[in-house]
Amino acid sequence: MTRRSELFDDLSGVRKRHADTHFKGRPLETAKALGIAGLLAGLFVYGLITLEFSLGRIIDGMGGLGLIAGMMLPPSPGTWSKAVVYLHALGETLAIAFLGTLLAAVVAFPLAFFAARNVNGVRIIQFLTRRGFDTIRGVDTLIWALVWINVVGLGPFAGVLAIMCSDIGAFGKLFSEAMEAADRKPVEGITASGGSRVQAVRFGIVPQILPLLASQVLYYIESNTRSATIIGIVGAGGIGLHLSEQIRTLEWQHVSFLILMILVAVAIIDRISSRLRFSIIGPRAV
Amino acid sequence: MSSTVSGLPPAQSAALLRAYGDAVAVERRRFALGATITLLLVLIAGRVAEVDPVKFGANLGNFGDYLYRLSRLETGASVLSDPAEWFWGLSKWLRLMAETLLIAYVGTVMGVLGAFAFCFAASRNLTRSRLVVWTARRILEFSRTVPEIVFALIFVVAFGLGPVPGVLAVALHTLGALGKLFAEVVENIDMKPVEGVAAAGGSWFSQVRFGAVPQVLSNFAGYGLLRFEINVRGAAVMGFVGAGGIGQTLVESIRKFYYSDVSAILLLIIVTVMIIDHLTEALRHRLIGSEERS
Repeated sequence: MTRRSELFDDLSGVRKRHADTHFKGRPLETAKALGIAGLLAGLFVYGLITLEFSLGRIIDGMGGLGLIAGMMLPPSPGTWSKAVVYLHALGETLAIAFLGTLLAAVVAFPLAFFAARNVNGVRIIQFLTRRGFDTIRGVDTLIWALVWINVVGLGPFAGVLAIMCSDIGAFGKLFSEAMEAADRKPVEGITASGGSRVQAVRFGIVPQILPLLASQVLYYIESNTRSATIIGIVGAGGIGLHLSEQIRTLEWQHVSFLILMILVAVAIIDRISSRLRFSIIGPRAV
Repeated sequence: MSSTVSGLPPAQSAALLRAYGDAVAVERRRFALGATITLLLVLIAGRVAEVDPVKFGANLGNFGDYLYRLSRLETGASVLSDPAEWFWGLSKWLRLMAETLLIAYVGTVMGVLGAFAFCFAASRNLTRSRLVVWTARRILEFSRTVPEIVFALIFVVAFGLGPVPGVLAVALHTLGALGKLFAEVVENIDMKPVEGVAAAGGSWFSQVRFGAVPQVLSNFAGYGLLRFEINVRGAAVMGFVGAGGIGQTLVESIRKFYYSDVSAILLLIIVTVMIIDHLTEALRHRLIGSEERS
């Protein structure tokens, strides 16, 4: 019939005739790939067993989840006064994200100079600053929130400080990398015309990196809006407090309303921040 | 060092300075406008978030105090004086840390498999149907935007306490985050192999399997490793809401003010995260290296 079916009918013949150029396989590589895949799969199965996964539990849970999803519809805050409370909490969340990110940037900016290779010549300070950033980054926002609650008490202020602390590490790393990637020519120009080291940094490096930093800060405000929604779970202000409360009291319609609010707020912030970033550094780097 | 560059005569330099001033005036105005708006927003946000500099100043000492207490045993001695006492629960904590890593691993694998299944449907170059692409993308967006700890809270109600809801929450969030990245990789592939398979009469599955997958696999593995790193941090706090791992013990020691336990567990988490970071980075470099060699 067609050429294709002829080929397929004679597959074993084709294989035999072209054995020297095709269908050879690479036994060593295949064995290696299979070995790695087997190890990964084995660890996965071991994990499933150790973490007490069982078919019955999954089926039961899925049933429960379906029930919950059904009870979530339609999303509703119940009464208007509740809706106002939730809106205020959402505002608090946005304020936490905004302030926390900005404070982190303000603190990280001067510190980043110590970590940048082309600004700070002292290797040991550079190394220590970097490890400091790594350590701060290794601690999750929620943990920082718990620590700050112990220090300044429950409320959104603890949330601001938590977001700030967890972002100092990230910003320090990003900012110092931006400084290291800056073009050397302006710096050399300033040094050549008799400028001091401080002037070289101020007029040679800072103007180059400022737009980049601004766009990074905007991006983090966006992603911190998401983090700020959850720190309320441990009592550090914002909408997370209501969310966890409504989940614990099984008020599913409220839960879905709150999730919907978060989704809409994040989408709006997303839109605004990408617009601003677009206008700051142009379409290329967004 | 004496200056060897003599200044320009005032008449000339004034003209130059004026030109410079005109050139930067626009940018200065824009910057001032931006700064004013930011300041206004800060004031509003500060009011909403109940920021209180006085309280902060008064409590800043507390923070130092807190850090100091983290470094003290119950007897008041420095933690370094008796490391055995400091890490008294090491075997229990290591077991919990291993559980945390397993939660992150199993969750990542599930999420990667799910993202793999979704990403081809969510990429415009392989899926003709607009509706399918749109639906797949919305599902990914939803599971990416809802924080994993919120999923964990809900799953704890549905599946009961323990690591199972934690794994599922990590998996769902990973599905969303990686699905988007995977789809972007798929949309940037070379379409010639896919067209070749299509021209030879291959079905949609053969086109994906032999045309697309070989091109994207190493990229996917790199993203998967990166995600595993992030998920280890995420899994460490799953215990805060009862979803398994070391978080439960940590939150209890913080709430009950067992300072030396808090510092020991935090140290354990930080060191583990750093080790995992280094390992995955080395692995990713090897992956990229083997990619370039072949």
